[in-house]
Amino acid sequence: MKKSKIPSIYITILLILMYLPMVFIMVYSLNENKLSTSWTGFSLKWYKMLWEDENLLEGLKNSLILGGLSCLGAAVIGTAGALGMQKIQNRSKRVVEYLSTLPIMVPEIILGMVFMTFFSLIGLKLGMLTLVIAHTAFCVPYLFLQVKARLVGMDPSLEEAARDLGAGPFRVFWDITLPLIAPAICSGAILAFAMSLDDVVISIFVTGAVTNTLPMIIYTQMKLGVTPEINALCTVMLGVTLLLVLISNWVGNLSGRDGRRRSQKK
Amino acid sequence: MKRAKRGAFREKRWILALPMYGFTIVFVACPLIYLFVLSFQTRADIWGVIPEATLENYRDILEPVYIKTFVTSIQMALLVTGCVILAGYPFGYFMAKLPPRWKKNVMMLVMIPFWISALIRMYGWIIIFRANGILDRVLMALHLIDKPLKLLYTYPAVVVGMVYVLLPFMIYSVYSSAEKMDWTLVEAARDLGASKVQAFWTVTFRLTLPGLLSGIILTFIPSMGLFFVADILGGNKILLIGNLIQEQLMKSRNWPFAAALSVVLLILTSAFLWLYQTVTRVRDLEGLL
Repeated sequence: MKKSKIPSIYITILLILMYLPMVFIMVYSLNENKLSTSWTGFSLKWYKMLWEDENLLEGLKNSLILGGLSCLGAAVIGTAGALGMQKIQNRSKRVVEYLSTLPIMVPEIILGMVFMTFFSLIGLKLGMLTLVIAHTAFCVPYLFLQVKARLVGMDPSLEEAARDLGAGPFRVFWDITLPLIAPAICSGAILAFAMSLDDVVISIFVTGAVTNTLPMIIYTQMKLGVTPEINALCTVMLGVTLLLVLISNWVGNLSGRDGRRRSQKK
Repeated sequence: MKRAKRGAFREKRWILALPMYGFTIVFVACPLIYLFVLSFQTRADIWGVIPEATLENYRDILEPVYIKTFVTSIQMALLVTGCVILAGYPFGYFMAKLPPRWKKNVMMLVMIPFWISALIRMYGWIIIFRANGILDRVLMALHLIDKPLKLLYTYPAVVVGMVYVLLPFMIYSVYSSAEKMDWTLVEAARDLGASKVQAFWTVTFRLTLPGLLSGIILTFIPSMGLFFVADILGGNKILLIGNLIQEQLMKSRNWPFAAALSVVLLILTSAFLWLYQTVTRVRDLEGLL
């Protein structure tokens, strides 16, 4: 049978279309012209301007603090949750597991509004604290699901062997369980961090008047029009996200290979 | 013997799940319950809410203006889903037929945009669509048009933006089911005398249907809530449910009404999710992560 070329052409065209908008952002961020309608020369000055914009640097600082804290919070809650859930066998488990994944299932706008009204009900002042709580809520599922999947694939005889040889529960956790689930925690945490770094919809609702994150600044400026500064900023964020995803993927693959090797050895 | 030794550790380990129970109940369950409560409360004259039960918020949704918004949203969602099927189904189908070493790379290329902020990807479309932007210039250079199309802030721009954001979901779903398919069945059908079209229709299409359906659900649900695409690429001209909720919340400050709108959207969403789960029998989201 003769092999048609249409499938590969179709796939290539669609992939190019998918990446075209991102390529344009990058190309125009290097354009010297302020109006960025025509190409007038190569320049890195917009990146330099980013670095001097205090408003942006403040936003970057907020984004990093927010991403770090919610990622850490989610890593603790999600990992401990996955470990503990293994030992719970009643109805509440399924309810809580279902509820905990809701934040990545319901439309973002609803989540944002739900948090905003709830924080106002309990009298929590909108600001960094509320941002961290909201972001932790949608980061937990990434950690929980990844670690849970890893635990399911883990060989229980490893832990049992350690116990039979006399290791205490902490020792077992530290020497056996943690090293085995560490790749899942890492890749989940990186993805959660990337999600937090990118979020704008939920943040808009739960932030106070003074705490701006980077994506929120981009969003506000974007509605006003195209500027070479946003081009540069978007390019930087694009690069960072890409890097985080690739690292997460790499760590994930590493764990997969590791797991296979271990089970083969056995 | 084993059980006796294990017992002591096993009994205590459930304690680790407590933070998750606590966090989920306080910051996910309670806020959602409050949303329902809020939707039955009365709006205060100046600011805030009076705890007075009413069905008025739900009655307000039935007003023609708001019904129109729901209709616009559902129309938009249908159109977007249609476009996503047309572009995504062949892609997923062709992808499953690629040689293995290509499959992995293409998969990676499809999933990367999924992790990059939709906001940033939208921004690329602003550059392309705006008056005298890239699209206008290219089309004018090719003498296909005489004057700029000025597509930014129009209905087609919003549709393109949404299709763009949601396409990876469809590709992924179709690909997963086409990948698992037993291609010898198609060959068997061909050997038994079916034409290419017949074989596709009676074998391939039926077997990839679950993937197609889950793709439809995964596109349809978010396309009703993606308010920022309509906001950025549509200016203020196209009002979807998401935009209406945001407006009621931030500008009109009518929280109970916004809550009622959200509850309706949530119910629509859950109905589709339920449908998705029964159709594909996927209980967790793990497949997606």
